[in-house]
Amino acid sequence: MSTIQCDIVSAEKAIYSGEVTMVIASGVAGELGIAPRHAPLITQLKPGQVRVLLADGGEEDFYVSGGILEVQPYMVSVLADTAVRADDIDEAAAIKAKEEAENLLRNNDKKQDLAMVQADLAKAMAQIQAISRLKKNLKR
Amino acid sequence: MAVGSEIVTKIVSVKSTRKVTTALEMVSASKIKKAQDQMHASRPYTSKIKQMIGHLAKATPEYKHPFMHDQDGARVGYIVISTDRGLCGGLNSGLFKNAVIHMREWQSKGKDIDVVTIGNKAASTFKKTKVNLKANISALGDKPELAKLIGVVKVMLDAYANGELSHVYLVYNDFINTMTQKPVVDQLLPLPATEDEEISDNWDYLYEPEAKDVLDQLMNRYIESLVYQGVLENLASEHAARMVAMKSASDNASDLIKDLQLIYNKARQAAITQEISEIVSGAAAV
Repeated sequence: MSTIQCDIVSAEKAIYSGEVTMVIASGVAGELGIAPRHAPLITQLKPGQVRVLLADGGEEDFYVSGGILEVQPYMVSVLADTAVRADDIDEAAAIKAKEEAENLLRNNDKKQDLAMVQADLAKAMAQIQAISRLKKNLKR
Repeated sequence: MAVGSEIVTKIVSVKSTRKVTTALEMVSASKIKKAQDQMHASRPYTSKIKQMIGHLAKATPEYKHPFMHDQDGARVGYIVISTDRGLCGGLNSGLFKNAVIHMREWQSKGKDIDVVTIGNKAASTFKKTKVNLKANISALGDKPELAKLIGVVKVMLDAYANGELSHVYLVYNDFINTMTQKPVVDQLLPLPATEDEEISDNWDYLYEPEAKDVLDQLMNRYIESLVYQGVLENLASEHAARMVAMKSASDNASDLIKDLQLIYNKARQAAITQEISEIVSGAAAV
């Protein structure tokens, strides 16, 4: 039985790599079954399963939250997204990042930070001193 | 006997400092391996996506993605990646120095600078300089997730796509090895033209749904993955730099302790000698 090289990668790690007889994935335009020597194809994936059928009759399942599938006659690559992606979710993330910057700029909290750190330091020092004094007293 | 008690106190305090620096050194030493593994794990994705963009750019010459051609915006964008914490030697300051030199060049050409920062140190530095701090994300932790970067990257990409920015640069520390980290300023946009020679022009993909949609998505993912890669490189650099800095701090503390101990011993010896001579002279007087 002929096989095709399949690589599933995400930005954070390589998920799967091996020879398979078929790759089944859900593209935005519908379910896809990719057999060896499929015509070159590129498609966006919907969130869902990617199943690979192995030559020994076994099967492996992976969940992807979207991504892109590329087919060359000799290989299939899946670029999996690691997070659920949608325009409005992305937009929300962008707005949040902007707000963070605005917050930073608005409260010029340099002095506040310093005061806080100094207070923490003073507290820690006092604790250390108390402990060392205790130890000394115990020795005597 | 209370000889040199202030020296003893000093020795004790240096010793406790050394304890802290050694602990930090060991923590970083254990984390560096993991950071390196993560760095390597994300490489296949970037190379795959790069290859695909190469194919697509060749296959659909009639649609040029905005990221691929020059924009004539009035501003220049920088994505600056730094650490969240200090105590890592000159890692951040070296990086910022490089970035600022690069920015000055653009400013002298009359361009404004937009900056988005990843990490506390960059945020606190660039909010004090004459640049527009557009967005920030920090506290990514030891296992950064790409999902957290989407927002800051999108801010830049949108600005570029709208024609506000003429260039976008990525600033981070490139991890070469444990001893060497190199601050780099890489051009993200416009994308340098890729030349993929191995594929002949006589074929094309089937697209679902449209070549443009796929290319758009690929481009965004590609830039995100480059930024993510930068974050991982910077993380590995942080741990390496901290390890080295803390090692030398521990060594310095040990030297200091040795010197102080010597001074203390001398003082003690002098006091004993003096006491003996006092007793002897006292006995002689009797």
